[in-house]
Amino acid sequence: MTIASPIGHPQRLAPASDPVLEIKNLSVDYGYDDDPVHVLRQVSLTLGRGEVLGLAGESGCGKSTLAYAATRLLPPPGLITGGEVLFTDRSGVKTDLLRLNDTQLRASRWQDMAIVFQGAMNSLNPVYRIGRQIADGIRAHEPKTSQKEALERAAELLDLVGISPDRLRSYPHELSGGMRQRVMIAMALALDPQVLIMDEPTTALDVVMQRQIVEQIAELRDRLGFSVIFITHDVSLLIEIADRIAIMYAGEIVEDAAALDVYNKPRHPYSSALLHSFPPLRGPRRELIGIPGSPPDLSRLGGGCPFADRCAFAFDACSKVNPELVFPNVPGDDPRRSVACLRHDPAAVRAVGEVPLPVPAELSLS
Amino acid sequence: MSPSPSAEPADGDVVLQAVDLQKHFKLRGLNSRDVVHAVDGVNFELRRGRVLALVGESGSGKSTIARLLAQLMPTTGGRILLHGEDAAAKGRRAFRRYVGRVQMIFQDPFGSLNPVHTVRYMLTRSLRIHRGRLRGAALEEALVELLERVQLKPAERYIDKFPHELSGGQRQRVAIARALAADPEVLLADEPISMLDVSIRLGILNLLQDLRDRLHIAILYITHDIASARYFADRTMVMYAGRIVESGDSESVTQDPKHPYTQLLVRSAPDPDDLEARAHGARGEAPSLVKPPSGCRFNPRCPFATELCRTEAPPLLPVGDGREAACWGYSERADRPTLSDITEALA
Repeated sequence: MTIASPIGHPQRLAPASDPVLEIKNLSVDYGYDDDPVHVLRQVSLTLGRGEVLGLAGESGCGKSTLAYAATRLLPPPGLITGGEVLFTDRSGVKTDLLRLNDTQLRASRWQDMAIVFQGAMNSLNPVYRIGRQIADGIRAHEPKTSQKEALERAAELLDLVGISPDRLRSYPHELSGGMRQRVMIAMALALDPQVLIMDEPTTALDVVMQRQIVEQIAELRDRLGFSVIFITHDVSLLIEIADRIAIMYAGEIVEDAAALDVYNKPRHPYSSALLHSFPPLRGPRRELIGIPGSPPDLSRLGGGCPFADRCAFAFDACSKVNPELVFPNVPGDDPRRSVACLRHDPAAVRAVGEVPLPVPAELSLS
Repeated sequence: MSPSPSAEPADGDVVLQAVDLQKHFKLRGLNSRDVVHAVDGVNFELRRGRVLALVGESGSGKSTIARLLAQLMPTTGGRILLHGEDAAAKGRRAFRRYVGRVQMIFQDPFGSLNPVHTVRYMLTRSLRIHRGRLRGAALEEALVELLERVQLKPAERYIDKFPHELSGGQRQRVAIARALAADPEVLLADEPISMLDVSIRLGILNLLQDLRDRLHIAILYITHDIASARYFADRTMVMYAGRIVESGDSESVTQDPKHPYTQLLVRSAPDPDDLEARAHGARGEAPSLVKPPSGCRFNPRCPFATELCRTEAPPLLPVGDGREAACWGYSERADRPTLSDITEALA
């Protein structure tokens, strides 16, 4: 198999003029009572056509919630309290997914945007053959298709993800974890969606299989031209597969930049700390610092920066203002990247009557 | 040697030894003679004040080894030696004595702590079982000492909490404290960090490192993340399909892997520093352990495999200073396979 080096290809930022999915000021609360937990607070994110966007962060930072809210799959007590999710189809028509009625939503799902769930290995129905499960999905959306045609399509799809089509008649338990994961990807691709959301698709797999799946996704992306939102907590994996990475912390995006920029020149202290908390496999053994403390309790957030308690660069202003995404205060940076840190935002610091501090050397590497 | 050694124990002394460890699980079914070959012919030593990492993919038998060593299940072959004496615990008392010296921590701190008990209750129970009837001030002192040893300070803040009030990292620390209550010589850590968040993993590894250095505990660190083995372990053993395929000091095993499987493993791990050196196009997956491939169990996936590899299982062959690899490529046989770079071989 030859791959046109989709993994680790040179950075390619999709032009912002051709977005396929725009999430604007999305807010999500958990709980219906007077004191709900604000799990997502005004999150904005744009996915370009053909782009692989990585979404990274610790568990509980809201990355899965973001994906589920954007697809309206959020189970109760999750409640979308504001914002919009604009989907642009191939002809350039924009629709707000949050305003679709049930029928429209049903038609849009899978067709426009498909999702591969966390623990996808266990989301296949154990009592049906996989061929039938894929065919069912196709026929639900295209009722005119006959079962035979649907099964043929299913066979093509399996072939696409590198599974022999005679596996159509297998039950899920007859397949290994990696193969089940591929079946899930094949199902997601059944209706040729434009956006594929993958929620921790490789977490339960070992590294060799993980590599195979990631290569497969990259290759299919190049072939079929869909966009991917890849959710994981493994930043090192993202740097390989993603064009762009958004780092989330406590329900907000704290940094959004090209993948290699995040790795080589992180601008947010959390991104930097995250990168220094996994040991490298090759190269010199570097000093590992880790992040002190643990993620904040989202129900007890104060007014300041949620990362301030664990941050090595926090100063007085950090407990007063919650920073917004701004262009990093480092000359020569890619103008499309943004970071939510007061070290990069002197204006916001002055606004609360504090003296801005310079950007520390660790956060202004070039 | 008796349980209380006359000579002062030194770091590097063998504490626990596995000899030809074997575990075959019977398959269900009345007339089924098939077995799952989970662990076959595994030998290693755990040394005082040293960390041994056991690396392998899911289903390779890593956790089975931990459970065998903890005597949570009987072996089907081979022996476990504690300070040179057969440690097979027959009966409850012997088992209690054994677990007092060999403790285990589990992967999932959400599952391994009983949600209806407080930290105080769990640690008290462990202390009473292993150290006799502690009460009053002595008990309180022991509890505080345990919590401080796992860096849950101040102890008062944590001692009356229920597991759900603690974060994942804190829970794992409580689980470690509970294991330490027995004052063990050996700690079997089965994927202790894989369920934790990236940012707190390092804290747990540093804690285990500290226990190794201060309490001279021998640690078996089981993981699928070979990079963390490099960071934390003195020696690393790589397992594939129930057999050890390579062992040696962690730095050499990760930087200069000898066995083709180890090479594939190292090359597959994501590493942003080195985006080009990647094993592309690796195919296949771990074999069925009910009918494992004859010969070397890696042969169906190995690009270098020859007839020899398909018929005879390779023994662990010396491949350098204190290193061994189970690959015919390092033998003196005339019909041995020729090894080259796995990245190129698969491309």
